[in-house]
Amino acid sequence: MPLLDVAGLRVAFGDHEVVHGISLRIRPGECVAIVGESGSGKSVTARALLGMAGAGARTRSDRLRVLGRELGSASERTWRDVRGRQVGLILQDALVSLDPLRPIGREIDDPLRIHERMPPAARRARVLGLLARVGMPDPEFAAGRRSGELSGGLRQRALIASALALDPPLVIADEPTTALDVSVQARILSLLDEIREAGTGILLISHDLAVVSRLADRILVTRHGEVIEDGTADDVLRSPREPYTRALIAAVPTERPRGTALAVATSAPAAIPGPPPTGVPIATGSDAPERPPLLRFDRVAKGFSVPGGRLLAVDDVSLALRPGETLGLVGESGSGKTTVARLALGLTAPDSGVVLLDGEAWSSRPERERRPMRRRIGAIYQDALSSFDPRWSVGRILADAASVGARGTGRPAPRVEDLLDQVGLVASVARRRPLNLSGGQRQRVAIARALAAEPDVLICDEPVSALDVTIQAQILDLLDRLQRRRGLAMLFISHDLGVVRHMSDHVAVMRAGRIVESGGTEAVFAEPRHPYTAQLVADAPRLTP
Amino acid sequence: MLAAGAVFVMWAVATLTFFAIRLIPGDPAEAILGGPGSQASQEALDQVRRDYGLDQPLLVQYLAMLARLVTGDLGTSYALRTPVADLLGGQLGGTMLLAVLALLVAWILALGLSLWSTGRARVAAAVGEGIELTAAALPHFWLAAVLIAIFSTGLDWFPPIATGTPAGLVLPVATLAIPLAGFLAQVMRESLLDALQQPFVVSARARGENTTGLRLRHTIRHASLPAISLSGWALGWLLSGAVVVETIFAMPGLGRTLLQAVTLRDVPVVTGVVLLVALVYVVMTVVTDVASRLADPRLRQEGAR
Repeated sequence: MPLLDVAGLRVAFGDHEVVHGISLRIRPGECVAIVGESGSGKSVTARALLGMAGAGARTRSDRLRVLGRELGSASERTWRDVRGRQVGLILQDALVSLDPLRPIGREIDDPLRIHERMPPAARRARVLGLLARVGMPDPEFAAGRRSGELSGGLRQRALIASALALDPPLVIADEPTTALDVSVQARILSLLDEIREAGTGILLISHDLAVVSRLADRILVTRHGEVIEDGTADDVLRSPREPYTRALIAAVPTERPRGTALAVATSAPAAIPGPPPTGVPIATGSDAPERPPLLRFDRVAKGFSVPGGRLLAVDDVSLALRPGETLGLVGESGSGKTTVARLALGLTAPDSGVVLLDGEAWSSRPERERRPMRRRIGAIYQDALSSFDPRWSVGRILADAASVGARGTGRPAPRVEDLLDQVGLVASVARRRPLNLSGGQRQRVAIARALAAEPDVLICDEPVSALDVTIQAQILDLLDRLQRRRGLAMLFISHDLGVVRHMSDHVAVMRAGRIVESGGTEAVFAEPRHPYTAQLVADAPRLTP
Repeated sequence: MLAAGAVFVMWAVATLTFFAIRLIPGDPAEAILGGPGSQASQEALDQVRRDYGLDQPLLVQYLAMLARLVTGDLGTSYALRTPVADLLGGQLGGTMLLAVLALLVAWILALGLSLWSTGRARVAAAVGEGIELTAAALPHFWLAAVLIAIFSTGLDWFPPIATGTPAGLVLPVATLAIPLAGFLAQVMRESLLDALQQPFVVSARARGENTTGLRLRHTIRHASLPAISLSGWALGWLLSGAVVVETIFAMPGLGRTLLQAVTLRDVPVVTGVVLLVALVYVVMTVVTDVASRLADPRLRQEGAR
């Protein structure tokens, strides 16, 4: 008997149907993955399977059986009995998915308290046992901590423990490792794998094919609320039938060398036609490396005061970024990558060492002298939306950046239409506001704004981390193209090894404020010398079924 | 840092009161001798001016007052000839009881109202919002009059003036609590709705938590946070409101003392009351700060990141 047996599941909000008849089955010890981009209806599907599709949602189905019990028209009371006892839910980002005001021990205890009549001492023992089972060091101590007091990996383990509290036969994991560092992600994935080995059925929801390929036995690819491909993981990953699936697979940047286009087709709203991607080389880049560096860090250190001492966010870092070249900076969260970006932008001053821009003093100048030079460095960030004034139109944002950039140079400011054209947007976007644009369009506008001042150096801090994989591919291709056309020097910061590997000529691996390894991209990734780099490479999820 | 801020606030309040009270027309020496109607002789007035230092330049009087305050001496009431500290000490208890009870009742009403009106049909939300807005807009003097008309004159449930019994406290407390409850409920409902949107609510429901459990164990704490920070301000606001309420219900207390002192131009008493209210504000700010940290562990470790 399957744990979950769903046929023709439809979810509508008012007259707007967002899930159009999805069917799936999960057997004990099996992991079924639903893959799709944002807006494909995968999260709504997951919630509907717990009877909580949301306020105003109408759920219909031909069959909705959990452990053989039909729940298609179950009351809220029946659903409450199912939730936590028969089906557990693991969400993304335990910082907000666990109540930040309550100790995790109490959150894990909740299902026991709600569903079982157990004496408090027995529940306490069970909670500690669960924490130990998910690999929490010192469960006794951890049970009293709140989600904000634990690291990202540990709190995700606590969240998993709360879903597993009553050993539900089925667990729904909705983007369980999104926003985690690769090494943490790898450990969480093996934890989920252990749970599956123990006989629990898992429904895995993810946008990340590489993650899915680690766990899934079956893969369902969804698009616009419909399943467009359904097969074993091997079949779907090795011989995808649908062009959309092929585009998804091609867009994963891991292992694709620099200079290969990722996006198969940039504008195909319904179906992406054409043969499977073969990896089209754009051009062979790599200018002569002997040219003097545009941006140079010379033994830079920067610390911050924390209770009980001083934290060296950047510790004795030396970097050189040459024209037309991309320097990738990888490292986990908290390794000091963003502090490097802020130092490069002259937003914060180093404690010791110097940052030089085109051979001239940069970090050591007073801001008044630095301001006229600022147009030479542009920047784009992960969250493009919050970097715009929401009341300004795109046209005004770009015109403003262009006029500031052109001030004092004697050149005419570039036209808004030209800027939009360079980043692949139509001129009519100028009249819209950032809030009304998609994530990919916003990041394109952010790039156009960074280019408006015609900089020599572009600092990219996690520029594609918040984007769907196909959009990510388009943005990476765009950055690559612009760099070639303009000879930009790029400092490309990311936690995603695949993305950095695809984009960079040289890489520097950062850990706890120090550069532990640097060199040519392929050399570093193919034969890492530092054990930390080797671990990062080993942990990075790969598309190998 | 906090102590320096508190000292600054107290100094500013003392200074402002000192100069503001000079703006009340009339002769302070006359006030000391029983007001304009007392027909005091010129000699008596001169004598009083010398005794109280009123013949000195304003700046000297100001510095003398500061010097007294620093030593903790609030001076002697012009009208009652008793030390201000004793006078206020006797009145503080009643007013604080009134204010604290009003704050408590306001909290209970606000919590009840906001919990009832969120997560329900749109009608309930609209009704709740309407009640909050109306309550928050009610002026004390009007509300007191209406409550007296209904509950004393009409139904004869509670006495219209404070009798010193618990029953006598009901209407004054209600008068102070209702507008505050409306205001607090608005703040709580906002944060309650905000909390209901959070992913941890989805997690909790997915464990089988029912609506009541969700409120009691999760959202109510989140909803309380901003209301806790507002409570320090609210208590100060209640002390000001006590001026009106104590007068209407003929209750002994700080508010009525203040009103009388202003009419009689009793400078030391006015200064004393104002300083005391300022002190309550300062102390409550510290107390709510501590309470917020207790309710929200994230504040305790903020510096640690």
